[in-house]
Amino acid sequence: MIAVEHLTRRFAGRTAVDDISFNVARGEIVGLLGPNGAGKSTTMRILSAFMPATSGTARVAGFDVFHESDEVRRRIGYMPENNPLYPEMRVREYLKFRARVKGLGWRRSRERVSTVMEQCGLTDVGRRIIGQLSKGYKQRVGLADALVHEPELIILDEPTIGLDPQQIRLVRQLIKSLAGKHTVLISTHILPEVEMMCGRVLIMLGGRVLASDTPENLQLRMAGGSQVIAEIAAPTTALQTLWDEHPDVEEFEVTAGDAGFQRCVLTPRAGVDIRSTIFDLVRQHSWEMRELTRNRYTLEDIYLQVTKPSTEETE
Amino acid sequence: MRIFWALLRRELASFFFSLTGYIIIAAVTLLTGFSFVVLINTLGTDPVPVPVTELFYLSFYFWLILLLITPVITMRLFALEKASGTFETLMSTAVSDFQVVAAKFMAAVIFYLLAWLPLLACLGVIQHFAHQNSTLDAGTVGGMFLGIMLVGSVFISLGCFASSLTRSQMTAAVISFVLGVGLFSLAYLAKQIPVTEQWQARALSYFSLFDQMDDFARGVVDTRAVVFYVTITFLFLFLTLRVVESRRWK
Repeated sequence: MIAVEHLTRRFAGRTAVDDISFNVARGEIVGLLGPNGAGKSTTMRILSAFMPATSGTARVAGFDVFHESDEVRRRIGYMPENNPLYPEMRVREYLKFRARVKGLGWRRSRERVSTVMEQCGLTDVGRRIIGQLSKGYKQRVGLADALVHEPELIILDEPTIGLDPQQIRLVRQLIKSLAGKHTVLISTHILPEVEMMCGRVLIMLGGRVLASDTPENLQLRMAGGSQVIAEIAAPTTALQTLWDEHPDVEEFEVTAGDAGFQRCVLTPRAGVDIRSTIFDLVRQHSWEMRELTRNRYTLEDIYLQVTKPSTEETE
Repeated sequence: MRIFWALLRRELASFFFSLTGYIIIAAVTLLTGFSFVVLINTLGTDPVPVPVTELFYLSFYFWLILLLITPVITMRLFALEKASGTFETLMSTAVSDFQVVAAKFMAAVIFYLLAWLPLLACLGVIQHFAHQNSTLDAGTVGGMFLGIMLVGSVFISLGCFASSLTRSQMTAAVISFVLGVGLFSLAYLAKQIPVTEQWQARALSYFSLFDQMDDFARGVVDTRAVVFYVTITFLFLFLTLRVVESRRWK
Protein backbone atom coordinates (compact mmCIF):
# COMPACT_ATOMS: atom_id res chain seq x y z
CA MET A 1 0.00 0.00 0.00
CA ILE A 2 2.79 2.38 0.91
CA ALA A 3 6.25 1.98 -0.57
CA VAL A 4 8.81 4.52 0.54
CA GLU A 5 12.31 4.38 -0.88
CA HIS A 6 15.24 6.53 0.18
CA LEU A 7 12.95 9.40 1.04
CA THR A 8 14.73 12.57 2.11
CA ARG A 9 13.34 15.98 2.91
CA ARG A 10 15.58 18.87 3.70
CA PHE A 11 14.48 22.25 4.94
CA ALA A 12 16.85 25.19 4.94
CA GLY A 13 19.82 23.89 6.86
CA ARG A 14 17.99 21.00 8.46
CA THR A 15 17.25 17.47 7.34
CA ALA A 16 13.82 16.51 8.62
CA VAL A 17 13.62 13.11 6.95
CA ASP A 18 16.88 11.38 6.19
CA ASP A 19 16.90 8.61 3.60
CA ILE A 20 14.12 6.45 5.00
CA SER A 21 12.66 3.35 3.38
CA PHE A 22 9.72 1.28 4.50
CA ASN A 23 6.72 -0.62 3.21
CA VAL A 24 3.23 -0.94 4.55
CA ALA A 25 0.99 -3.76 3.36
CA ARG A 26 -2.74 -3.42 2.70
CA GLY A 27 -4.87 -3.68 5.83
CA GLU A 28 -2.04 -3.05 8.27
CA ILE A 29 -2.21 -0.59 11.13
CA VAL A 30 1.24 0.89 11.44
CA GLY A 31 2.41 3.27 14.12
CA LEU A 32 5.10 5.86 13.54
CA LEU A 33 6.67 6.31 16.91
CA GLY A 34 9.21 8.92 17.82
CA PRO A 35 9.86 12.01 19.89
CA ASN A 36 8.83 15.45 18.70
CA GLY A 37 10.85 16.54 15.70
CA ALA A 38 11.70 13.02 14.60
CA GLY A 39 10.30 13.59 11.11
CA LYS A 40 6.95 11.87 11.58
CA SER A 41 4.78 14.75 10.44
CA THR A 42 7.05 15.55 7.51
CA THR A 43 6.86 11.94 6.35
CA MET A 44 3.09 12.08 6.59
CA ARG A 45 2.90 15.36 4.71
CA ILE A 46 4.95 13.91 1.90
CA LEU A 47 2.77 10.80 1.81
CA SER A 48 -0.36 12.92 1.63
CA ALA A 49 1.13 14.82 -1.33
CA PHE A 50 1.06 18.14 0.50
CA MET A 51 4.80 18.59 0.31
CA PRO A 52 7.39 17.25 -2.12
CA ALA A 53 10.35 15.17 -1.02
CA THR A 54 13.84 16.49 -1.67
CA SER A 55 14.86 13.12 -3.05
CA GLY A 56 13.65 9.55 -3.07
CA THR A 57 10.25 8.20 -3.99
CA ALA A 58 7.06 7.41 -2.15
CA ARG A 59 4.21 5.44 -3.66
CA VAL A 60 0.71 5.01 -2.33
CA ALA A 61 -1.34 2.21 -3.89
CA GLY A 62 1.19 2.13 -6.71
CA PHE A 63 0.93 5.85 -7.52
CA ASP A 64 3.82 8.22 -7.07
CA VAL A 65 2.93 10.92 -4.53
CA PHE A 66 4.62 13.62 -6.57
CA HIS A 67 3.84 12.78 -10.19
CA GLU A 68 0.42 11.24 -9.67
CA SER A 69 -0.66 13.23 -6.67
CA ASP A 70 -4.30 13.43 -7.82
CA GLU A 71 -4.63 9.66 -7.75
CA VAL A 72 -2.90 9.48 -4.40
CA ARG A 73 -5.00 12.20 -2.84
CA ARG A 74 -8.18 10.47 -3.98
CA ARG A 75 -7.11 7.37 -2.08
CA ILE A 76 -6.06 8.83 1.23
CA GLY A 77 -7.84 10.28 4.21
CA TYR A 78 -5.43 12.57 6.01
CA MET A 79 -5.84 14.16 9.40
CA PRO A 80 -2.98 16.59 10.01
CA GLU A 81 -1.46 17.43 13.35
CA ASN A 82 -3.73 19.48 15.62
CA ASN A 83 -6.69 18.48 13.48
CA PRO A 84 -7.50 21.76 11.72
CA LEU A 85 -11.21 22.33 11.07
CA TYR A 86 -13.37 25.26 10.05
CA PRO A 87 -14.62 26.37 13.47
CA GLU A 88 -17.53 28.38 12.11
CA MET A 89 -19.24 25.47 10.38
CA ARG A 90 -21.67 22.94 11.77
CA VAL A 91 -20.58 19.33 12.05
CA ARG A 92 -22.84 17.84 9.42
CA GLU A 93 -22.37 20.79 7.13
CA TYR A 94 -18.59 20.49 7.38
CA LEU A 95 -18.54 16.77 6.72
CA LYS A 96 -20.85 17.26 3.79
CA PHE A 97 -18.61 19.95 2.38
CA ARG A 98 -15.60 17.67 2.79
CA ALA A 99 -17.40 14.80 1.10
CA ARG A 100 -18.30 17.05 -1.82
CA VAL A 101 -14.78 18.41 -2.12
CA LYS A 102 -13.51 14.86 -2.17
CA GLY A 103 -15.62 14.33 -5.25
CA LEU A 104 -18.58 12.40 -3.85
CA GLY A 105 -21.94 12.92 -5.51
CA TRP A 106 -24.83 14.60 -3.76
CA ARG A 107 -26.69 11.47 -2.71
CA ARG A 108 -23.55 9.50 -1.98
CA SER A 109 -22.13 12.24 0.22
CA ARG A 110 -25.34 12.34 2.24
CA GLU A 111 -25.20 8.60 2.76
CA ARG A 112 -21.54 8.57 3.69
CA VAL A 113 -21.83 11.53 6.06
CA SER A 114 -24.60 9.76 7.97
CA THR A 115 -22.55 6.56 8.08
CA VAL A 116 -19.36 8.14 9.38
CA MET A 117 -21.24 10.29 11.86
CA GLU A 118 -22.71 7.15 13.33
CA GLN A 119 -19.38 5.38 13.21
CA CYS A 120 -17.66 8.21 15.06
CA GLY A 121 -20.49 8.90 17.49
CA LEU A 122 -21.31 12.32 16.11
CA THR A 123 -25.01 11.82 15.41
CA ASP A 124 -26.05 13.89 18.45
CA VAL A 125 -23.88 16.88 17.60
CA GLY A 126 -24.61 17.14 13.89
CA ARG A 127 -26.17 20.61 14.24
CA ARG A 128 -23.56 21.96 16.65
CA ILE A 129 -20.95 24.50 15.57
CA ILE A 130 -17.53 22.89 15.43
CA GLY A 131 -15.80 25.72 17.30
CA GLN A 132 -18.00 25.09 20.32
CA LEU A 133 -17.39 21.34 20.52
CA SER A 134 -15.13 19.69 23.07
CA LYS A 135 -11.73 18.56 21.93
CA GLY A 136 -12.78 14.92 21.88
CA TYR A 137 -15.66 15.68 19.57
CA LYS A 138 -13.48 17.81 17.33
CA GLN A 139 -11.03 14.97 17.05
CA ARG A 140 -13.86 12.67 16.05
CA VAL A 141 -15.00 15.18 13.45
CA GLY A 142 -11.46 15.06 12.04
CA LEU A 143 -11.55 11.28 11.98
CA ALA A 144 -14.97 11.26 10.35
CA ASP A 145 -13.59 13.61 7.72
CA ALA A 146 -10.65 11.30 7.06
CA LEU A 147 -13.07 8.39 6.63
CA VAL A 148 -15.86 10.04 4.70
CA HIS A 149 -14.76 9.07 1.19
CA GLU A 150 -13.82 5.50 2.17
CA PRO A 151 -10.12 5.94 1.46
CA GLU A 152 -7.83 2.97 1.09
CA LEU A 153 -5.20 4.60 3.26
CA ILE A 154 -5.86 6.65 6.37
CA ILE A 155 -3.06 8.84 7.68
CA LEU A 156 -3.55 10.22 11.17
CA ASP A 157 -1.01 12.58 12.67
CA GLU A 158 -1.20 12.41 16.46
CA PRO A 159 -4.88 11.50 16.62
CA THR A 160 -5.13 11.34 20.41
CA ILE A 161 -3.06 14.35 21.41
CA GLY A 162 -4.63 16.52 24.06
CA LEU A 163 -7.54 14.23 24.84
CA ASP A 164 -8.61 12.96 28.25
CA PRO A 165 -8.23 9.21 28.96
CA GLN A 166 -11.87 8.45 28.26
CA GLN A 167 -11.75 10.21 24.90
CA ILE A 168 -8.45 8.55 24.06
CA ARG A 169 -10.06 5.17 24.62
CA LEU A 170 -12.93 6.02 22.31
CA VAL A 171 -10.63 7.25 19.57
CA ARG A 172 -8.45 4.16 19.93
CA GLN A 173 -11.41 1.85 19.68
CA LEU A 174 -12.52 3.68 16.61
CA ILE A 175 -9.11 3.34 14.97
CA LYS A 176 -8.89 -0.31 15.91
CA SER A 177 -12.26 -0.93 14.29
CA LEU A 178 -10.79 0.28 10.99
CA ALA A 179 -8.31 -2.59 10.84
CA GLY A 180 -8.73 -4.88 7.88
CA LYS A 181 -10.92 -2.59 5.82
CA HIS A 182 -8.41 0.24 5.64
CA THR A 183 -4.69 0.63 5.88
CA VAL A 184 -3.87 3.01 8.71
CA LEU A 185 -0.72 4.98 9.42
CA ILE A 186 -0.68 6.68 12.80
CA SER A 187 1.98 8.87 14.29
CA THR A 188 2.37 9.29 18.00
CA HIS A 189 4.89 9.78 20.73
CA ILE A 190 2.75 7.94 23.24
CA LEU A 191 3.92 4.37 23.69
CA PRO A 192 0.95 2.46 25.07
CA GLU A 193 -1.03 3.79 22.17
CA VAL A 194 1.14 1.95 19.70
CA GLU A 195 1.09 -1.23 21.75
CA MET A 196 -2.68 -1.13 21.81
CA MET A 197 -3.52 -0.19 18.28
CA CYS A 198 -0.77 -1.06 15.90
CA GLY A 199 0.22 -4.29 14.26
CA ARG A 200 3.62 -2.84 13.48
CA VAL A 201 5.79 -0.06 14.80
CA LEU A 202 8.28 2.14 13.02
CA ILE A 203 10.50 3.90 15.47
CA MET A 204 11.77 7.19 14.08
CA LEU A 205 14.44 9.44 15.44
CA GLY A 206 16.30 12.34 13.86
CA GLY A 207 14.67 11.67 10.51
CA ARG A 208 15.64 8.00 10.36
CA VAL A 209 13.73 4.79 10.90
CA LEU A 210 15.58 2.94 13.63
CA ALA A 211 13.43 -0.13 13.97
CA SER A 212 10.44 -1.67 12.27
CA ASP A 213 8.66 -4.68 13.70
CA THR A 214 5.57 -5.83 15.59
CA PRO A 215 5.44 -4.60 19.17
CA GLU A 216 5.78 -8.22 20.39
CA ASN A 217 8.80 -8.97 18.25
CA LEU A 218 10.45 -5.77 19.30
CA GLN A 219 9.98 -6.79 22.88
CA LEU A 220 11.39 -10.25 22.23
CA ARG A 221 14.31 -8.90 20.30
CA MET A 222 15.23 -6.29 22.81
CA ALA A 223 14.47 -8.19 25.97
CA GLY A 224 16.43 -11.32 25.12
CA GLY A 225 15.33 -13.41 28.09
CA SER A 226 12.77 -11.72 30.21
CA GLN A 227 12.97 -11.82 33.97
CA VAL A 228 10.71 -13.76 36.31
CA ILE A 229 9.85 -12.48 39.75
CA ALA A 230 8.70 -14.88 42.47
CA GLU A 231 7.95 -14.10 46.10
CA ILE A 232 8.32 -17.26 48.16
CA ALA A 233 8.26 -17.85 51.92
CA ALA A 234 11.33 -20.01 52.39
CA PRO A 235 14.81 -19.86 53.99
CA THR A 236 17.14 -17.63 51.96
CA THR A 237 19.91 -20.25 51.74
CA ALA A 238 17.52 -22.95 50.52
CA LEU A 239 16.35 -20.66 47.75
CA GLN A 240 19.88 -19.65 46.79
CA THR A 241 21.09 -23.24 46.43
CA LEU A 242 17.92 -24.15 44.56
CA TRP A 243 18.39 -21.45 41.90
CA ASP A 244 22.13 -22.01 41.82
CA GLU A 245 21.70 -25.63 40.88
CA HIS A 246 18.79 -25.19 38.51
CA PRO A 247 19.98 -25.58 34.88
CA ASP A 248 17.43 -23.13 33.41
CA VAL A 249 18.30 -20.22 35.69
CA GLU A 250 21.19 -18.14 34.46
CA GLU A 251 21.21 -15.36 36.99
CA PHE A 252 19.34 -14.81 40.18
CA GLU A 253 18.99 -12.39 43.02
CA VAL A 254 17.25 -13.10 46.30
CA THR A 255 16.28 -10.24 48.58
CA ALA A 256 14.38 -10.34 51.82
CA GLY A 257 10.82 -9.10 51.70
CA ASP A 258 8.28 -8.57 54.46
CA ALA A 259 6.47 -11.27 56.48
CA GLY A 260 9.10 -13.92 55.78
CA PHE A 261 8.77 -13.77 52.00
CA GLN A 262 11.86 -13.66 49.82
CA ARG A 263 11.80 -11.82 46.56
CA CYS A 264 13.62 -13.76 43.82
CA VAL A 265 14.46 -12.08 40.53
CA LEU A 266 15.45 -14.81 38.07
CA THR A 267 16.86 -14.52 34.58
CA PRO A 268 16.14 -17.77 32.77
CA ARG A 269 17.95 -19.19 29.78
CA ALA A 270 16.80 -17.53 26.57
CA GLY A 271 13.52 -18.87 25.28
CA VAL A 272 12.65 -20.89 28.38
CA ASP A 273 9.54 -20.19 30.40
CA ILE A 274 10.39 -21.33 33.93
CA ARG A 275 7.22 -20.18 35.63
CA SER A 276 5.57 -23.60 35.83
CA THR A 277 8.88 -25.13 37.01
CA ILE A 278 9.03 -22.64 39.84
CA PHE A 279 5.47 -23.43 40.82
CA ASP A 280 6.24 -27.17 40.88
CA LEU A 281 9.37 -26.64 42.99
CA VAL A 282 7.45 -24.54 45.49
CA ARG A 283 4.80 -27.23 45.75
CA GLN A 284 7.40 -29.98 46.24
CA HIS A 285 8.92 -28.09 49.17
CA SER A 286 5.46 -27.10 50.43
CA TRP A 287 6.50 -23.47 50.60
CA GLU A 288 4.15 -20.59 50.32
CA MET A 289 4.16 -18.34 47.29
CA ARG A 290 2.33 -15.06 46.83
CA GLU A 291 3.57 -13.73 43.54
CA LEU A 292 4.82 -15.13 40.29
CA THR A 293 5.18 -12.72 37.38
CA ARG A 294 7.19 -12.29 34.27
CA ASN A 295 8.82 -8.93 34.10
CA ARG A 296 8.27 -7.99 30.48
CA TYR A 297 10.22 -5.25 28.84
CA THR A 298 7.81 -2.56 27.94
CA LEU A 299 7.93 -0.75 24.67
CA GLU A 300 9.17 2.17 26.69
CA ASP A 301 12.36 0.32 27.59
CA ILE A 302 12.80 -0.62 23.98
CA TYR A 303 12.13 2.88 22.84
CA LEU A 304 14.64 4.30 25.24
CA GLN A 305 17.14 1.64 24.30
CA VAL A 306 16.74 2.32 20.60
CA THR A 307 16.75 6.08 20.80
CA LYS A 308 19.43 6.55 23.43
CA PRO A 309 22.72 5.92 21.58
CA SER A 310 21.73 8.09 18.65
CA THR A 311 20.76 11.02 20.82
CA GLU A 312 24.21 10.93 22.30
CA GLU A 313 25.69 10.82 18.84
CA THR A 314 23.87 13.89 17.68
CA GLU A 315 24.68 15.87 20.79
CA MET B 1 -17.19 21.37 -11.42
CA ARG B 2 -18.93 19.71 -8.50
CA ILE B 3 -15.88 20.37 -6.38
CA PHE B 4 -15.73 23.98 -7.52
CA TRP B 5 -19.34 24.63 -6.44
CA ALA B 6 -18.73 23.03 -3.07
CA LEU B 7 -15.68 25.24 -2.56
CA LEU B 8 -17.46 28.37 -3.77
CA ARG B 9 -20.41 27.73 -1.50
CA ARG B 10 -18.22 27.31 1.53
CA GLU B 11 -16.13 30.38 0.76
CA LEU B 12 -19.19 32.52 0.25
CA ALA B 13 -20.90 31.14 3.35
CA SER B 14 -17.85 31.83 5.48
CA PHE B 15 -18.19 35.56 4.80
CA PHE B 16 -21.56 35.43 6.48
CA PHE B 17 -20.43 33.17 9.32
CA SER B 18 -18.01 35.77 10.54
CA LEU B 19 -18.61 39.18 12.03
CA THR B 20 -16.12 40.66 9.55
CA GLY B 21 -18.56 40.05 6.71
CA TYR B 22 -21.27 42.12 8.36
CA ILE B 23 -18.85 44.83 9.35
CA ILE B 24 -17.74 45.11 5.73
CA ILE B 25 -21.32 45.39 4.54
CA ALA B 26 -22.08 47.98 7.21
CA ALA B 27 -18.99 50.00 6.31
CA VAL B 28 -19.80 49.98 2.61
CA THR B 29 -23.37 50.98 3.32
CA LEU B 30 -22.20 53.82 5.57
CA LEU B 31 -19.74 55.15 3.00
CA THR B 32 -22.32 54.80 0.23
CA GLY B 33 -24.67 56.74 2.46
CA PHE B 34 -22.13 59.55 2.84
CA SER B 35 -21.60 59.71 -0.86
CA PHE B 36 -25.37 59.81 -1.28
CA VAL B 37 -25.57 62.85 0.99
CA VAL B 38 -22.87 64.55 -1.06
CA LEU B 39 -24.77 63.65 -4.21
CA ILE B 40 -28.04 65.06 -2.93
CA ASN B 41 -26.30 68.29 -1.96
CA THR B 42 -24.82 68.63 -5.42
CA LEU B 43 -28.14 67.91 -7.06
CA GLY B 44 -29.88 70.37 -4.75
CA THR B 45 -27.76 73.37 -5.65
CA ASP B 46 -26.77 73.44 -9.30
CA PRO B 47 -28.05 71.71 -12.36
CA VAL B 48 -25.48 69.13 -13.39
CA PRO B 49 -24.81 68.08 -16.93
CA VAL B 50 -23.71 64.49 -16.09
CA PRO B 51 -25.72 61.35 -15.29
CA VAL B 52 -26.47 60.71 -11.64
CA THR B 53 -24.44 57.51 -11.61
CA GLU B 54 -21.33 59.39 -12.67
CA LEU B 55 -21.62 61.72 -9.73
CA PHE B 56 -20.93 58.82 -7.44
CA TYR B 57 -17.47 58.54 -8.87
CA LEU B 58 -16.79 62.21 -8.71
CA SER B 59 -16.89 61.94 -4.93
CA PHE B 60 -13.87 60.18 -3.50
CA TYR B 61 -16.04 57.78 -1.50
CA PHE B 62 -16.08 55.23 -4.25
CA TRP B 63 -12.29 54.96 -4.23
CA LEU B 64 -12.19 54.98 -0.49
CA ILE B 65 -14.54 52.01 -0.41
CA LEU B 66 -12.54 50.22 -3.05
CA LEU B 67 -9.18 50.77 -1.38
CA LEU B 68 -10.32 50.01 2.14
CA ILE B 69 -12.80 47.22 1.65
CA THR B 70 -11.13 44.92 -0.86
CA PRO B 71 -8.10 44.18 1.35
CA VAL B 72 -10.44 43.33 4.23
CA ILE B 73 -12.52 41.04 2.03
CA THR B 74 -9.52 39.21 0.62
CA MET B 75 -7.08 39.07 3.54
CA ARG B 76 -8.77 36.01 5.00
CA LEU B 77 -8.85 33.92 1.84
CA PHE B 78 -5.54 32.08 1.98
CA ALA B 79 -3.84 33.52 5.05
CA LEU B 80 -6.41 32.22 7.51
CA GLU B 81 -6.40 28.72 6.03
CA LYS B 82 -2.64 28.63 6.17
CA ALA B 83 -2.55 29.88 9.74
CA SER B 84 -5.19 27.46 11.01
CA GLY B 85 -3.82 24.50 9.06
CA THR B 86 -7.00 23.85 7.11
CA PHE B 87 -5.01 24.59 3.98
CA GLU B 88 -3.32 21.25 4.52
CA THR B 89 -6.59 19.35 4.84
CA LEU B 90 -7.94 21.17 1.84
CA MET B 91 -4.93 20.52 -0.36
CA SER B 92 -4.64 16.86 0.56
CA THR B 93 -7.99 16.18 -1.08
CA ALA B 94 -8.24 15.80 -4.83
CA VAL B 95 -8.95 19.49 -5.48
CA SER B 96 -6.79 21.26 -8.02
CA ASP B 97 -4.96 24.43 -7.15
CA PHE B 98 -6.84 26.19 -9.91
CA GLN B 99 -10.22 25.25 -8.45
CA VAL B 100 -9.22 26.61 -5.06
CA VAL B 101 -7.95 29.93 -6.42
CA ALA B 102 -10.93 30.34 -8.73
CA ALA B 103 -13.45 29.54 -6.00
CA LYS B 104 -11.89 31.93 -3.52
CA PHE B 105 -11.71 34.74 -6.07
CA MET B 106 -15.27 34.19 -7.24
CA ALA B 107 -16.61 34.12 -3.71
CA ALA B 108 -14.81 37.38 -2.90
CA VAL B 109 -16.18 39.07 -6.05
CA ILE B 110 -19.71 37.92 -5.31
CA PHE B 111 -19.51 39.14 -1.74
CA TYR B 112 -18.05 42.45 -2.90
CA LEU B 113 -20.95 42.92 -5.32
CA LEU B 114 -23.45 42.07 -2.59
CA ALA B 115 -21.89 44.74 -0.41
CA TRP B 116 -22.51 47.27 -3.19
CA LEU B 117 -26.22 46.48 -3.50
CA PRO B 118 -27.36 49.29 -1.15
CA LEU B 119 -26.23 51.65 -3.88
CA LEU B 120 -29.16 50.46 -5.96
CA ALA B 121 -31.47 51.60 -3.19
CA CYS B 122 -29.86 55.06 -3.23
CA LEU B 123 -30.44 55.29 -6.94
CA GLY B 124 -33.99 54.10 -6.43
CA VAL B 125 -34.59 56.93 -3.96
CA ILE B 126 -33.37 59.50 -6.48
CA GLN B 127 -35.54 58.04 -9.18
CA HIS B 128 -38.55 58.13 -6.88
CA PHE B 129 -38.19 61.79 -6.02
CA ALA B 130 -37.00 62.99 -9.41
CA HIS B 131 -40.22 61.81 -11.07
CA GLN B 132 -38.29 61.27 -14.23
CA ASN B 133 -37.60 57.96 -15.86
CA SER B 134 -34.53 59.31 -17.57
CA THR B 135 -32.57 59.81 -14.34
CA LEU B 136 -31.82 56.17 -14.26
CA ASP B 137 -31.72 54.03 -17.28
CA ALA B 138 -30.72 50.41 -17.43
CA GLY B 139 -27.68 51.25 -19.53
CA THR B 140 -26.00 53.60 -17.11
CA VAL B 141 -26.83 51.51 -14.05
CA GLY B 142 -25.66 48.35 -15.82
CA GLY B 143 -22.50 50.11 -16.99
CA MET B 144 -21.88 51.37 -13.52
CA PHE B 145 -22.16 47.94 -11.93
CA LEU B 146 -20.04 46.43 -14.68
CA GLY B 147 -17.41 49.04 -13.85
CA ILE B 148 -17.72 48.37 -10.13
CA MET B 149 -17.30 44.68 -10.79
CA LEU B 150 -14.35 44.99 -13.16
CA VAL B 151 -12.35 47.46 -11.14
CA GLY B 152 -13.26 45.51 -8.01
CA SER B 153 -12.00 42.30 -9.62
CA VAL B 154 -8.64 43.96 -10.18
CA PHE B 155 -8.34 44.95 -6.54
CA ILE B 156 -9.64 41.59 -5.32
CA SER B 157 -7.13 39.71 -7.44
CA LEU B 158 -4.41 41.89 -5.88
CA GLY B 159 -5.80 40.90 -2.51
CA CYS B 160 -5.88 37.20 -3.40
CA PHE B 161 -2.25 37.41 -4.39
CA ALA B 162 -1.31 39.22 -1.17
CA SER B 163 -3.22 36.71 0.95
CA SER B 164 -1.55 33.74 -0.72
CA LEU B 165 1.88 35.12 0.19
CA THR B 166 1.52 35.05 3.94
CA ARG B 167 0.00 33.28 6.93
CA SER B 168 -0.97 36.49 8.67
CA GLN B 169 -4.20 38.21 7.75
CA MET B 170 -2.86 41.58 8.88
CA THR B 171 0.17 41.28 6.60
CA ALA B 172 -2.07 40.19 3.74
CA ALA B 173 -4.31 43.22 4.25
CA VAL B 174 -1.34 45.58 4.37
CA ILE B 175 0.26 44.12 1.25
CA SER B 176 -2.96 44.32 -0.73
CA PHE B 177 -3.61 47.84 0.53
CA VAL B 178 -0.15 48.91 -0.59
CA LEU B 179 -0.60 47.27 -3.99
CA GLY B 180 -4.02 48.90 -4.28
CA VAL B 181 -2.70 52.33 -3.36
CA GLY B 182 0.11 51.81 -5.88
CA LEU B 183 -2.38 51.17 -8.64
CA PHE B 184 -4.47 54.10 -7.46
CA SER B 185 -1.43 56.41 -7.54
CA LEU B 186 -0.68 55.33 -11.09
CA ALA B 187 -4.23 56.24 -11.99
CA TYR B 188 -3.81 59.59 -10.27
CA LEU B 189 -0.55 60.16 -12.12
CA ALA B 190 -2.22 59.25 -15.38
CA LYS B 191 -4.81 61.94 -14.74
CA GLN B 192 -2.19 64.60 -14.02
CA ILE B 193 0.10 63.91 -16.95
CA PRO B 194 -1.28 64.90 -20.32
CA VAL B 195 -1.32 62.17 -22.94
CA THR B 196 1.52 62.70 -25.36
CA GLU B 197 2.89 60.55 -28.13
CA GLN B 198 5.65 59.18 -25.94
CA TRP B 199 5.18 55.53 -25.12
CA GLN B 200 5.53 56.09 -21.37
CA ALA B 201 2.63 58.50 -21.34
CA ARG B 202 0.56 56.25 -23.54
CA ALA B 203 1.22 53.24 -21.36
CA LEU B 204 0.34 55.29 -18.33
CA SER B 205 -2.91 56.37 -19.91
CA TYR B 206 -4.16 52.80 -19.68
CA PHE B 207 -4.02 53.16 -15.93
CA SER B 208 -6.37 56.11 -15.89
CA LEU B 209 -8.95 54.35 -13.77
CA PHE B 210 -10.85 57.59 -13.15
CA ASP B 211 -11.63 58.34 -16.77
CA GLN B 212 -12.44 54.70 -17.41
CA MET B 213 -14.85 54.62 -14.50
CA ASP B 214 -16.46 57.84 -15.72
CA ASP B 215 -17.10 56.08 -19.00
CA PHE B 216 -18.67 53.09 -17.31
CA ALA B 217 -20.87 55.35 -15.23
CA ARG B 218 -22.09 57.09 -18.38
CA GLY B 219 -22.98 53.67 -19.72
CA VAL B 220 -20.09 53.67 -22.14
CA VAL B 221 -18.40 50.29 -22.16
CA ASP B 222 -14.95 50.86 -23.59
CA THR B 223 -13.44 47.53 -24.62
CA ARG B 224 -9.90 48.83 -24.02
CA ALA B 225 -10.75 49.40 -20.37
CA VAL B 226 -12.54 46.05 -20.10
CA VAL B 227 -9.59 44.22 -21.61
CA PHE B 228 -7.19 46.13 -19.38
CA TYR B 229 -9.07 45.23 -16.18
CA VAL B 230 -9.60 41.62 -17.16
CA THR B 231 -5.91 41.28 -18.05
CA ILE B 232 -4.69 42.69 -14.76
CA THR B 233 -7.14 40.47 -12.88
CA PHE B 234 -5.95 37.36 -14.69
CA LEU B 235 -2.33 38.34 -14.22
CA PHE B 236 -2.68 38.49 -10.47
CA LEU B 237 -4.82 35.36 -10.32
CA PHE B 238 -2.13 33.59 -12.30
CA LEU B 239 0.50 34.81 -9.84
CA THR B 240 -1.69 33.61 -6.97
CA LEU B 241 -1.96 30.22 -8.60
CA ARG B 242 1.80 30.04 -8.93
CA VAL B 243 2.24 30.91 -5.26
CA VAL B 244 -0.24 28.21 -4.27
CA GLU B 245 1.56 25.73 -6.49
CA SER B 246 4.94 26.74 -5.15
CA ARG B 247 4.60 24.53 -2.07
CA ARG B 248 5.02 21.60 -4.44
CA TRP B 249 8.13 22.98 -6.09
CA LYS B 250 11.26 21.03 -5.42
